[in-house]
Amino acid sequence: MSGKRLVVERLCVGFGAGAAHRRVVRDLSFTVEPGRAVALVGESGSGKSVTARSLVGLAGSTAAVSAQRLSFGPHALRALPEPGWRSLRGREIGFVLQDALVSLDPLRPVGHEIAEALAVHRWGTRSGRRDRVIELLREVGVPEPEFRARQRPDQLSGGLRQRALIAAALAMDPGLVIADEPTTALDATVQAQILDLFGAIKARGSGLLIISHDLSVVSRLADEVVVMQAGRAVEQGPTAQVLGAPRHPYTRSLIEAVPGTHPKGTRLAGLGRGALCPQPREPERKPAPVVLEAIDLLKRYPGPDRDERAAVDRVSFTLRGGQTLGIVGESGSGKTTAARIVLGLVEPDGGRVTLDGNAWVDPGRIVERQRRGRRRAMGVIYQDPLGSFDPRWTVGRILSDALDAAGVPRAGQDGRIRLLLDRVRLTADHADRLPTHLSGGQRQRVAIARALATEPRIIVCDEPVSALDVSVQAQILDLLADLQADLGVAYLFISHDLGVIRHVSDEVLVMRHGRVVEAGPVETVFHAPRHPFTRQLLAASAAA
Amino acid sequence: MSDTSPFPTAPAAPPAASPDRLHVLARRILSRCLGSVGVLLAAATVSFLAMHMMPGDIVSAILGGPAADPTPQTVAAAVREYGLDRPLPVQYGLYLDRLLHGNLGTSFSQHLPVIAVLRAELLPTLELAASALVLAWLLALASVLGTVRRRSWLSALGSGLETVGAALPQFWLGLLLLWLFAFTIHLLPPAGSDSVAALVLPTVALAVPLGGFLAQVTREAFEIALDQPFVLTARARGLGDWSVRTRHVLRHALLPGISLSNWAVGALIGNAVVIETIFSRKGIGRQLVLGVSSQDMPLTIGIVLLVSLTYVVAGFLTDALYVLVDPRLGARR
Repeated sequence: MSGKRLVVERLCVGFGAGAAHRRVVRDLSFTVEPGRAVALVGESGSGKSVTARSLVGLAGSTAAVSAQRLSFGPHALRALPEPGWRSLRGREIGFVLQDALVSLDPLRPVGHEIAEALAVHRWGTRSGRRDRVIELLREVGVPEPEFRARQRPDQLSGGLRQRALIAAALAMDPGLVIADEPTTALDATVQAQILDLFGAIKARGSGLLIISHDLSVVSRLADEVVVMQAGRAVEQGPTAQVLGAPRHPYTRSLIEAVPGTHPKGTRLAGLGRGALCPQPREPERKPAPVVLEAIDLLKRYPGPDRDERAAVDRVSFTLRGGQTLGIVGESGSGKTTAARIVLGLVEPDGGRVTLDGNAWVDPGRIVERQRRGRRRAMGVIYQDPLGSFDPRWTVGRILSDALDAAGVPRAGQDGRIRLLLDRVRLTADHADRLPTHLSGGQRQRVAIARALATEPRIIVCDEPVSALDVSVQAQILDLLADLQADLGVAYLFISHDLGVIRHVSDEVLVMRHGRVVEAGPVETVFHAPRHPFTRQLLAASAAA
Repeated sequence: MSDTSPFPTAPAAPPAASPDRLHVLARRILSRCLGSVGVLLAAATVSFLAMHMMPGDIVSAILGGPAADPTPQTVAAAVREYGLDRPLPVQYGLYLDRLLHGNLGTSFSQHLPVIAVLRAELLPTLELAASALVLAWLLALASVLGTVRRRSWLSALGSGLETVGAALPQFWLGLLLLWLFAFTIHLLPPAGSDSVAALVLPTVALAVPLGGFLAQVTREAFEIALDQPFVLTARARGLGDWSVRTRHVLRHALLPGISLSNWAVGALIGNAVVIETIFSRKGIGRQLVLGVSSQDMPLTIGIVLLVSLTYVVAGFLTDALYVLVDPRLGARR
């Protein structure tokens, strides 16, 4: 390993010219020594990713990058011409992006992508590169590398394709690896493995720059932390010091917004400002009526190798009015398929679902036409609300469409839209905005408002906060808790994040390979897990 | 409620995978073939009905139009051959039977079996359509690869030219090219169908508007693909801009253009009607004009069926290309 250090002094990045000029990174300074890891943390929009891209000369043609000093080993990066950047990229500086499903070319086998990283820099011969690809895949812990190299990203699991992406970044043995949210899209156990891999990269002597909003990732890998807010470093120093004894209020709010350490009913947002103290909710022990019951759900799909695989295998659960049932598991564990069956969107191969005691899903007996009139009893919120909105519709139109479905006459809709926006803590003028012009948190509020439009008794929440920053996530979780307290709506809450599940749930269902491996009241499952897989999950999330 | 057994065991012995896969593939091909047969049958049926709903005497439609003056013997022979004295369903059956045996009747305007006319005229038209399609793609790719997200004036120029190209009528372009290159600067022959030089002007006339359309749809898909994260990863690997465009982005931008090409194959043959007439080329298009204007029913029906067949073949090719470009489609369907 070459042992070069990256020095960044007073880095500024701006976009646009003249009056429209926006400075997104201001006076940022840090150094990445070989074999050490520096983390940039902060919410989305804080300038982390732009910083990372500026360091490989890919901030875009409209970006104005300036710095007092910007160097990597002997290379001065300031005003480096494009050919100079190209010989550095991939060869000296490896770059790993968030989700390999979209960060690797989805049409090509991953082996080609890794080989390309070698071919660009004229490494070896064609057959030499082929061998090196296999070797790299093996190094990053991909089993059966000869077979996996021929698969496309969509044929690989999240963990495997993230490893392939990392293998491509490591192909030329770069002295510095920049990783932008490298584990954000991954399950806890996979995340822990990928973090180990980064630990190994560091141990080999490469410098590591990690961009993350996930403080647990940072605390595990980084030697130094730079906390960014609105383009500035508000606090920086050794990891133990910054995360252990944060001085800046923003750092404190980031740390305390992490769910999972507080019981249900505790408010997350605002804790860091020291204003509110935990207010555990009154324990509701009188059994509320069952609103939803799923019995022996079964759904088979042909797997990637064309074998029939049970995505959901004899899953049963009950959801009581005004309560939250959390379903936790890794991706591919069948959580989402179970939710789709409950929503009546996927016809199961066996089992049935009752809604308020009446048959709701029963293959062969109940058809969609019989559900349509009762659909308003159930709402749904997805991970990425943007994908579920028509981008040309304003927020008002999106809500009005949902009110149409609920049978609210057009005349009364304006008032209802204001009421709904108010419920989710948005103002009436948000109705005229387009979803693309809203922040992630605001969009999710709109999605919640839309789910509420039909006055449902149950809302199915499928990874509703997974795409959000911790502080925004905290606000959304608080909002969901308030709505439950006010409206008595029940949540079927799906997440891969144990912290979130623990925070929101009354009862928990742990799923693995389509089966329920453990179920029970949240505190029992978390304090006295009986199944080895639950213990493994808890250990992975504690370690991460 | 819970399954507290230790880690779930692997699912029971999987069903043999590869025969299953073959089965899926076979079903897909079969359904596609049935669909194609349906299309051809529909084309044949519409042609049959059109022949019977034409004003005037059906015998004269077969034997030479209103101007013809067949002898009673010829009429009697035609009535017998086509079963014109029998009920309509029987006539329809006989008609399909003749088609299945490749007997498309005799073209009275050419005094040749229709099948012979088609055999002689198909190749020049296919030549023209294929060269026009290839040139249209080349123009579209040059414009997209060369101008999308380049300097703003270049990008605007590219998309402006595409819009203008797409808006040009082919017959007008044909006449303009004829006047300029054949009659004014005498660079290329004005007519004929035997030399490569004679192919140039009609090809350009057909290709420019199609190229404009292809470029427009490809440009949009190309811009979307350029914003994908994998493009950033490829650049971060050290790949140059040109390589990023040709090796990664382009493939993602091809599908809409391929769909459009499927439509274009039919449209090109339709437009060849005009272009072949302007440039006095041999070809299906010109024969169609002749067939219709002389009310040569057997020839017209033969050409209609041939064009339908071209559409069907183009559809097959499009499907195959789709899967070649995006292997995920093959896995899903």
